[in-house]
This record gives sequence, structure tokens and C-alpha cells, in this order.
Amino acid sequence: MLAFTLRRAIQAIGVMIAVGVIAFSMFRFAGDPVNQIVSMDTSAAERAAIRQSLGLDDPVLVQLGRYFANAAQFKFGVSYQFRLPVADLLKERMPATLELAICATILAMVFGILMGVYSALHRDSLLAKILQAISLIGISLPTFLIGILLIYLFSVTLGWLPSFGRGEVVRIGWWTTGLLTISGLKALILPSITLGLFQMTLIMRLVRAEMLEVLRTDYIRFARARGLTTRAIHFGHALKNTLVPVITVAGMQFGLVIAFAIITETVFQWPGMGLLFVQAVQNVDIPIMAAYLLMVSLIFVTINLVVDILYTVVDPRLRSTISRPV
Amino acid sequence: MSEALVPHQAKADTPRKRPLPGSWFARAIESDLFYSFRRSRLTMVATAMTVLFFLLAILASVLAVQNPFDPAQLQLMNSRIAPIWTADGQSPFLLGTDEQGRDVFSAILYGLRISLTVGVLGVLFSGTLGIILGLIAGYIGGAVDGLIMRIADVQLTFPAILIALLVNGVVKSVFGNRLDAMSTLVVLVIAIGLSFWVQYARTVRGSVMVEKNKDYVAAAQLIGLPAWVIMLRHVLPNAMGPILVIATINLALAIITEATLSFLGAGMPDTMPSLGTLIRIGNNYLFAGEWWIVAFPGIALAALILSINLLGDWLRDALNPKLR
Repeated sequence: MLAFTLRRAIQAIGVMIAVGVIAFSMFRFAGDPVNQIVSMDTSAAERAAIRQSLGLDDPVLVQLGRYFANAAQFKFGVSYQFRLPVADLLKERMPATLELAICATILAMVFGILMGVYSALHRDSLLAKILQAISLIGISLPTFLIGILLIYLFSVTLGWLPSFGRGEVVRIGWWTTGLLTISGLKALILPSITLGLFQMTLIMRLVRAEMLEVLRTDYIRFARARGLTTRAIHFGHALKNTLVPVITVAGMQFGLVIAFAIITETVFQWPGMGLLFVQAVQNVDIPIMAAYLLMVSLIFVTINLVVDILYTVVDPRLRSTISRPV
Repeated sequence: MSEALVPHQAKADTPRKRPLPGSWFARAIESDLFYSFRRSRLTMVATAMTVLFFLLAILASVLAVQNPFDPAQLQLMNSRIAPIWTADGQSPFLLGTDEQGRDVFSAILYGLRISLTVGVLGVLFSGTLGIILGLIAGYIGGAVDGLIMRIADVQLTFPAILIALLVNGVVKSVFGNRLDAMSTLVVLVIAIGLSFWVQYARTVRGSVMVEKNKDYVAAAQLIGLPAWVIMLRHVLPNAMGPILVIATINLALAIITEATLSFLGAGMPDTMPSLGTLIRIGNNYLFAGEWWIVAFPGIALAALILSINLLGDWLRDALNPKLR
């Protein structure tokens, strides 16, 4: 157990170092950092001075070491577009993305589990078939199309909900939250649905499959024989046993939710890290791209490590039930 | 006895006209796969739709009323015309026009062509890369196998769209922001190819590890065939079923990825739009009430992906390889 944990941890560190080297090479070799900072009429001497001050004349390995040391202290350099430290930009945008991702996950879990349980218990009902069809469409439709569809329905046609931004936010320390104002909550609805829909269909299918499997087992038959109410059997016994893999998958998907937030944030102009990243890709703002890569990798690697360790603790059978999309 | 046998034999010979035995067509018609195909109406519809989309893309220049990439053919007078069945519709513009007077239907046909080109080339590229790496990993084994599969593990941690965005961003920063449309297409193909090779590599490696211990491989080795001939001619054909399924499903994923990248502004430029680009452009006019500029490319994209996905689902069930 300890050996396994240790091996996985070393592997995770290896991945982070590899990603760090990629981020550094992007930063160092893709385009000249000096050109991005200076204006057209900067003299050669001034350029050389800037090169010197950035340490670009040092050996590559020294620069790599310095990049790692800086990254460990959350110093990712200065954004080419905004002329601000990347760490500050990310910190400012992080609450928006995390709030969106958490809301989407909760939404996906609640509705995914409800729909999954329903379609498992009433397998042949019309509603269950409709839910299955919706889940197929939900998996097939690209996220941005769902977002546009929702905007057209609820913002353009009905005018009920805002189509962009976070609404009014309340500042608590460095964290900004939209959860405490009405406009903030209203602004959260459409992006959360858009982001959560894919997870929801995934969870629904998983819960349905697991429930169907559990309902066939002997202990459910025994519970029936004991004369327990259907309700107690379905929710007390069957659902409880399907929840472990569901929570594992949802946890594992959280990294993906943050990555997919890139698309949702662009559709809804949600001021989070994903939008920052997309704008960085469009404007070739390497420091932001590199920092985002490092941060998202850290989140992914951490989640994977935790889940991998939990697997061995909880139930090794779970490995086969997890499928990864896109 | 013989009296009883003769009519029986004659009966067995006459009833169905069989095509020449051994012709590939006959084998295809009589295969289990074709039987399962005819049993599923949904699959037949999905196949018809997919074929239709490919035909529309190939015949785009014949069917379109104008070339939407040629600024000389666009007239601002014709801008923002509603679809033909609405009150403001005008004759040649079946699905209306956009801000620049571009016919939406023609733009969809040409956009479809770009989307399918990127999708098919992306699948071919990722398939080739994945198959080669999978063959090498499975056949050689040892440290090479360990290295390739470790890279695959790491890459699988990251969603394809993120990898594709990063590849795109890096290429842009190396070449500056001045890539022409054709090079952007190549970059997209490479970005998509690099993000989807893992599944092929894993599947091929798995099959190779099973197959390489079988007698026919040993026989091929004994007669002195070189390793690459054994891999390509003898081992690979036995892994083709699962590869076909993955390729079909990945075609849908590749098209989604391209559309998403273009929608995010990191894909095809406005001068040579794919379906994703068209949706991004149309999205700007949603609030102005010009819904048709975004709606029809969106419907086309959704229908295309849904048909390919249905086809892939059926293929997976029909061939029933042990995927995942």
C-alpha cells in the first residue's frame, strides 16, 4: 500500500516536471520574450540590458531551474497583453471558474443521480426512454452549441436570464463571489447547465447501469423477502451502493470540468481562467498559456493521485467502470 | 433412397441466385455485419445521413449558388436576408445570408468540406501515429513499450481540447500570428492528431501482445520475414476491427474538436470558415434577431456528429470488440 502510494506520488512528480519543461520551453523558445516586452524603437543596447535582467543569457539549465523555482512561488512572469503579473491575473480569475465548476458539478450530480435512478427503476417507461435519448444528444452536441441554444431560448427569446458575465459580485477578502446577489445567481444558471450537461449525462448513464446491476443482486432480493418497503430498498440499499463509483467519477471529472470551462466561459464571456487562457491563445500570450498549463496540470495530477490511492482503499473493481470522454 | 435425395439436392441448388462465391461483394452481403446493419433502421438512417453529408461536402462547388470564399461574388446589398420561407426571404438564398451578403447554405456546404477534411485527415494522422506506436510498443516491448505507454498515460490525463489548444498556441507563437488558411488547416490536423493517438496505440498494443505469441507469427519469423512485414501484413489485420470502431467515434470527436477550436477563435479563420467558424460568426448576430446565421450551421454540425456517433455505436456493438 505504502509502496504503491509512493510510486504513484513519484510518477505524479515526474509528470509535473515534464509539464514544467514543456511550459518552460514554450516560455523560452516560442518567440523571443524580449520582443514581446519592448516597443519598436527600443535600441539594441536597451534590448541587451533587458535580456540581461531577464537572465536570458544564462545557460538553459540554469534558466530552467530558475523557472521551476519561480513557478513554485507562483511567479509566472508578466502577461504580454495586460502587462500584469500572471499570478495576479490567475488569482483574480480563479474564484469565477471554481464557482462555476462547483455549481456545474453539483447540478450534474443531483440531476444525474435523480434521472439515473428514475430510468433504472422505470426502465420501460416513456420518460425513461426520453431521458436516454436526451443523454445521447447531450453527449453528441458540442458544449458551445448547447450554450448558444440556451442563450437563444432564455436570453434572446424569453429574456429571463443574462447571457454574459457574472452579474454583481461580492468581495470577501481576495475571493469574489456571485452567490450572494440575485443577479450573480441568475448569471450562474445558464453557464452551470451548459458546463454540467455532459457530466450529467455521464452520471445518469453510470447510475442507471449500476442500479440495474445492484437491483439484480441477492441482498436486494433478501431485502425484499424481509418485507422492507420498496422505497427503503431502492434508496436505502440500492442507491447507497451505487454512490461510491458515482462520487469517484464525479471527483475524477472535476479536472475535466475545469478544462471544459474554457468553452463555457467563452460562450458566456464568464470572466474566469478559461476565458483568460483562450484570449492568451488568440493573442499568443505565452506566460499566461504556460502558467495555465502548469496550474491545470497540478489540479489534474493531484486529483488523479488522490483518486488512484482511493481506488485501492475503496474498491479495486471500480477501475472498469470509469470511461474518460474526449 | 436416391429418389428421395435427388429432389432435395435440386431444391438446394435453385432457390437463391448467389453472386459468384469469393467476390468481396458477395461476402459483404452475406456477412453478419451486413445482416446486423439491415436489422437496425436507425443505423441505416445514420449511414444515409453521413453519406449525404460527405456528398454535400464533395459537391459543394456544384450545389452552392456562390463561392463564399470569393469576396468578388459577395454583395453587401444582399446582406442579412432571412431564410426563403420567411416574409423577407429572397430567391437564391435558401437559408438566408449573413452580414457580408454570404449565402448561408453555400457557406455551410463549404464549411462542411473544411470540417470533414480536418476531421478525416486528423483521424488518419492520429490513427497512423497511434498504430505505429502501438505496434512498436507491443512488438518490441521492454523499455520502449514502457516509455510509449507512460507518455500515453500522461497524455490521457489531459483532455484533447486542451492539448489541441496548446499545440495551436505554440505553433502560432513560433510562426507569429500570420498563418494563412491552408497552414492553419494543417496545424489543426496536427493538433487533433496529437491529441487522439493514445486510444489507437493502446488498442493495437493490446492486440499485438495477444497475437505475437501465436503460431502464425512464429511461423512468419521462422521463414525469415522482417519484423515490420510481420507487424503490418500479419499482426495488424487482426486488430483492424477495434481500430475501425475507434476511428469512427474519433471522427465525430475530431470534428467536435475542430469546431470547438474554430469557435474559440483558435481554428479556421473567417476567410476560410469551417462549421465552427460559421457558428462563431453567427453567434455575434444572435441578439440582433438574425438567428439563421448561427442556427443552420449549428444544426448541420449537430446532425453530422449525431449520425457519425450513431454509426460508431452500431459498429462497436456489431463488431463487439472488447473496447475499454
